[in-house]
Amino acid sequence: MNTKYAYLLLTLASAGSIHQQAVAADLVIKIGSAAPLTGPQALGGKDNENAVKLAVEEMNAAGVTIGKQKAKIELLSEDDQADPRAATIVAQKFVDQQINGVVGHLNSGASIPASKIYSDAGIVQISPSSTAIAYTAQGYKTAFRLMANDGQQGLALANYATKVLKAKTIAIIDDRTAYGQGLADEFDKDVKAAGATVVAREYTNDKAVDFTAIITSIKGKKPDVVFYAGMSPQAGPMMRQIVGLQLKAQFLSADGAKTPEFLKLAGGAAEGAIASSPGVVLEQTPAGKAFVAKFEKKFGKIQNYAPYAYEAAITMVEAMKAAGSADPKKYQPFLAKINRVGVIGAIAFDAKGDIKSGAVTIYQVKKGNWVAIPSK
Amino acid sequence: MDVFLQQLINGLVSGSIYAIVALGYTLVYGILRLINFAHGEIVMIGAMIALTIIGLLGDSGLPGVAIIGLGLLGAIPCCMLIGYLIERIAYRPLRHAPSLTPLITAIGVSIVLQNLAMIVWGKEYVSFPPLIEMQYFPIAEASINNVQIFIVMVSTLMMVGLNYLVNNTKLGNAMRATSQNAEVAGLMGVNVNTIISLTFVIGSALAAVAGIMVTAYYGLAHYDMGFMLGLKAFTAAVLGGIGNLRGAMFGGILLGIIESMGAGYLGTLTNGVFGSNYQDVFAFFTLIGVLIFKPSGLLGKAGSERP
Repeated sequence: MNTKYAYLLLTLASAGSIHQQAVAADLVIKIGSAAPLTGPQALGGKDNENAVKLAVEEMNAAGVTIGKQKAKIELLSEDDQADPRAATIVAQKFVDQQINGVVGHLNSGASIPASKIYSDAGIVQISPSSTAIAYTAQGYKTAFRLMANDGQQGLALANYATKVLKAKTIAIIDDRTAYGQGLADEFDKDVKAAGATVVAREYTNDKAVDFTAIITSIKGKKPDVVFYAGMSPQAGPMMRQIVGLQLKAQFLSADGAKTPEFLKLAGGAAEGAIASSPGVVLEQTPAGKAFVAKFEKKFGKIQNYAPYAYEAAITMVEAMKAAGSADPKKYQPFLAKINRVGVIGAIAFDAKGDIKSGAVTIYQVKKGNWVAIPSK
Repeated sequence: MDVFLQQLINGLVSGSIYAIVALGYTLVYGILRLINFAHGEIVMIGAMIALTIIGLLGDSGLPGVAIIGLGLLGAIPCCMLIGYLIERIAYRPLRHAPSLTPLITAIGVSIVLQNLAMIVWGKEYVSFPPLIEMQYFPIAEASINNVQIFIVMVSTLMMVGLNYLVNNTKLGNAMRATSQNAEVAGLMGVNVNTIISLTFVIGSALAAVAGIMVTAYYGLAHYDMGFMLGLKAFTAAVLGGIGNLRGAMFGGILLGIIESMGAGYLGTLTNGVFGSNYQDVFAFFTLIGVLIFKPSGLLGKAGSERP
């Protein structure tokens, strides 16, 4: 009921927005941020929005010149509710507003349907956090991402499970979203290739809170490792129930669960849980440390993807500067060839639009905090 | 066998929660023939209020059980008041309106309460602090923990209590009379408005307790948690025969067990064609099945519907 009402409003809003031409003397660059700002994943979405806001404020304060013309960056933020349908409405609205580029969406399930709309309109899209392989595999020139994809992450996790944890039997649960399912499939394929047996493949959804039935069923199969591909609102309670039902297996998850929210929701049960996250450990580089400090001073703790959303906005504007134009069709080739170093490390794209050499780091909960651990 | 027994325990626990929430639906339906879709939201508000109190008392040094008890004591009267106000403001003016009007109003109240909760408690998940040390008790090869025992015990107690209240007290007599024919009950000296208000207040108190059980069990609360829970409990009420108290209890527990068994075994039985992702489907599949073959519910009497 709620969502339907929101769609209606969104549709009305997009119908009502007449193409506005910039009248100001300065060139106005419109950058869109698309992420879930309501619903279970609102926390992560707000994080991305804040990061783009921070990047825009910094760039405006420093002054932006595109092709000898002074420019002002404007942020347009939209709520895609982590919902594929809402995401296409948001994308259409951005197209109607003749936006110069989009930072988003957060979820693969939202990025993928939206990417077709952006591609048809020739608008550049950099997703800070969508990791499903399908996103860049569609062949759209306009689709880029800054995070290692699920192929890279699934392989790193599978290596960790089979080589470091030496797991022989593995149970896999996913939340049937584009992200969860894609990652679980990759992990499944890679652990089997490494010689481990998948003893259970269970499913849930991204609204569920009760996992007792699947955990009990998994417990009967006595796996060494339980892998969950999904987000923290499910991973947290799942961890509690795993402990509550005395399933004694190592809990393994990925970037969707490597959040402060997971620690909060799992409570004391989080201790010992392992999760991967694409990218480098921010605290290990001076630039990364500085970013954490300034972001947290302004908006509080980083949930997960903020540095990627921040770099997505900056990288996009850097490509515009190099092209001397904010026209997505003109700066897209420059973005494809970009080579710079940001707070997340080296930023360069391969032919598909995936980040080259996407690093994956493994973390474990120790004394109530995520701590990077050796991945070999 | 250990897996089967464990699934049975899991189902019994979630079923007890469904049963308590289903009682709220069935009580109101029994008297007003109104499906109070806002009932799930009262469960959510109960959980949120209790968590707020628990959060405030977290550092007070009181024992965990006492803090939870105080959370319960705070949440119950608040929910009772909200239940009373909903009836007084939203439903009473529509008592003689066509039956579709209060139904739409109920959905409206549900949306209002959900959004209010989002404004007050935010969009984030609120977590239940680890106040209780988990203790496990083995039953054959399965095990049950203290939170699960607590949930089943409290639910049973409330079900027995409510059953007694409705069938053996003067108030219950008045409730049943109002349910059968409000006008005649009024002529016999029953204050119909008071009885209806009391029904909402009792249902809301049950909802508050259910809310705390849900957060203690799953460890979290969220502003839209009431929607799915409400829908499942409504299914349980219809399954048992809506308007019938024992039916709601039976339906709730049955639904919990069906879900748990379904999610646990369907994958194995169908060799992976259907898996645990169909867990939520069971609730609604069961509902459709019952509506087709026994529209009055498992324990409902055919033709008991007031003309």
